[in-house]
Amino acid sequence: MRDVAVVGFAQRQMQDYDGSPTCAELLVPIFGECYEQTGWTKKDIGFWCSGSSDYLAGRSFSFVSAIDAIGVLPPVNESHVEMDAAWALYEAWLKIQTGEVDTALVFGFGKASAGVLRRTLSLQLDPYTLTPLWPDTVSIAALQARLGIDGGAWDEAAMAEVVNRSLTDAEKNEYAVRAGGSSVKELLARPMFADPLRKHDAAPVTDGAAAIVLAAGDRAREVRERPAWITGLSHFTDGLHLGTRDLTRAESASRAAAAVGGLDGVEIAELHAPFSHQELILRHDLGLADDARINPSGGPLAGNPMFTGGAIRIGEAARRIWDGTADKVLGHATSGPALQQNLVCVMETVSEGMGI
Amino acid sequence: MSRTLSAPVTVSFDYTRSVGPVLGRFLTGLRDGQFVGARLSDGRVVVPPPEFDPVTHRATADFVDVAETGTVTSWTWVSEPVAGQPFDRPFAFALVTLDGTDAPLLHAVDVASPDEISTGLKVRARWATERTGAITDVVFVPDTGTAAAAAPVAGEGEVTGIVTPVSLDYTYAASPEESAFFRGLAEGRLVAQRCPQCRKVYVPPRPACPVDGVPTVEEIELSDTGTVTTFCIVNVPFLGQKITPPYVSAYILLDGADIALQHLILDIPVEEIRMGLRVKAVWKPREEWGTTIENISHFAPTGDADADYDTYKHHL
Repeated sequence: MRDVAVVGFAQRQMQDYDGSPTCAELLVPIFGECYEQTGWTKKDIGFWCSGSSDYLAGRSFSFVSAIDAIGVLPPVNESHVEMDAAWALYEAWLKIQTGEVDTALVFGFGKASAGVLRRTLSLQLDPYTLTPLWPDTVSIAALQARLGIDGGAWDEAAMAEVVNRSLTDAEKNEYAVRAGGSSVKELLARPMFADPLRKHDAAPVTDGAAAIVLAAGDRAREVRERPAWITGLSHFTDGLHLGTRDLTRAESASRAAAAVGGLDGVEIAELHAPFSHQELILRHDLGLADDARINPSGGPLAGNPMFTGGAIRIGEAARRIWDGTADKVLGHATSGPALQQNLVCVMETVSEGMGI
Repeated sequence: MSRTLSAPVTVSFDYTRSVGPVLGRFLTGLRDGQFVGARLSDGRVVVPPPEFDPVTHRATADFVDVAETGTVTSWTWVSEPVAGQPFDRPFAFALVTLDGTDAPLLHAVDVASPDEISTGLKVRARWATERTGAITDVVFVPDTGTAAAAAPVAGEGEVTGIVTPVSLDYTYAASPEESAFFRGLAEGRLVAQRCPQCRKVYVPPRPACPVDGVPTVEEIELSDTGTVTTFCIVNVPFLGQKITPPYVSAYILLDGADIALQHLILDIPVEEIRMGLRVKAVWKPREEWGTTIENISHFAPTGDADADYDTYKHHL
């Protein structure tokens, strides 16, 4: 295995982006920041990979328009996934492992505010037996939350604690679209939106874009004193049918954690839990230590741009390696309804002993 | 004035799907007022039947008729329904485990308030009078202990396909650069932008130069004359067509631009259309103008000599 590290990260998050659904004009300054962080130009990037979905803002082939922001003459080596950019990062990491390239820039973008996000996401469900009922994502998460409450796996106070910690931490995050802690008591006094979920239990609808730079070996060392070496990267998915899954668990998250040899020693974990109770599921099923610091950025409850929310978790976690806050971190991403698909990306200060 | 122009847009399509033998069996059951489940390799009975066993991955073959009564195992209150959901007023989505099954089905329960639903509530199917073999043929209601009149069989033969309409409403925004272009059109101007690096002129302007990946900040105004670089004669009628075929759709390289603009060429017999033809915009009456390319009705020949191939060979 080649040693690959996260060496660059830039992001934008906002409530209502007033630009185009391809976000190309938003990506230009983001790529600019990546060039500045690395000292590179686009010629130094061996591979480009993006994550987005045309359903989000109703613009066909938006990922093709978005590459205007790269500048593609001469042509660049480029790919796309209809998933969170965390999965684009997985593809880019594989590309570097093949030896074909040494560097990659991964990006994602999405303008969720252009439509009704919780409705649009019904299209990711089984098209025969679920989509015709248009079960919105918030309702599905609420069904999941109540299963856990009824079964005694968590309660509304534990969910509110997640929210309070997230929104308190988000006060220090310039990109957060929702911030401001209060108290568990105050949060529980707010009205239900999708019983047992209150609005603050769900990530806010967020527009945005983000980019992550990967580099192998010496290319990484030339950029940073402390590159965030990827020592574990894995993803799994659970089945399509909600009824046959145990929704109080995230089995695919457990499998992903097991595939990287477990998550012992992770000091900081950025978890992509778009609903408060899902963080509780992930902490348990990923097997994180009790003293692991969760989502110091404020996490997805403070801002969750579709198709970059997961990649942002990896970028936020990597930053903690770069700045010396931690020696071992986790970036996690999810996709699909009710934590159906899960990706873990473990990053450390040293690249020896890769668990892959 | 907002930075960008936006307009509502609806994207819709009726997906026609063949359903195969397993889902066909389930949907045929719904049409006939009967839930059909499957017994999986681990012994569980589940509704709807998955096409393939989640453990052995074998095609599902062991079908089981199950009851139309069941128990709510989880629920939520949809306080603000979205378009297409089973009710346009607040209602409950629930996981309902039908009697005789081991896994729940996600569906709607028709109750008037969240006070009327709870985990453990007994519910019963309420079948639609007219059923087509779709998951929307049924909803659930609290079980009062008395079965509704047996639903009559609604059709013959197996259900082999369904139509699932999808319609999505968006607010579609132009980029700031495109917005400048459309605002220019409303004043009868053609606004382009020049890349500061490669000096190419883009019309409509783009968020970034696709060659260099930098914003094309320098705004310039183009004339409304240009050269046909390529064209297509439309002979095929289609839904929503505004002009009777045959007619010409062409790429027009406006003088001073590096990217051709697509528009109509009229006022010329279609057999006379050619590369290099010099054309000029024909604008609609000013009182009809808006922030749209339709302010230009079409392009028409100027009558000048054709442009030399060399003048547009790099723009094909």
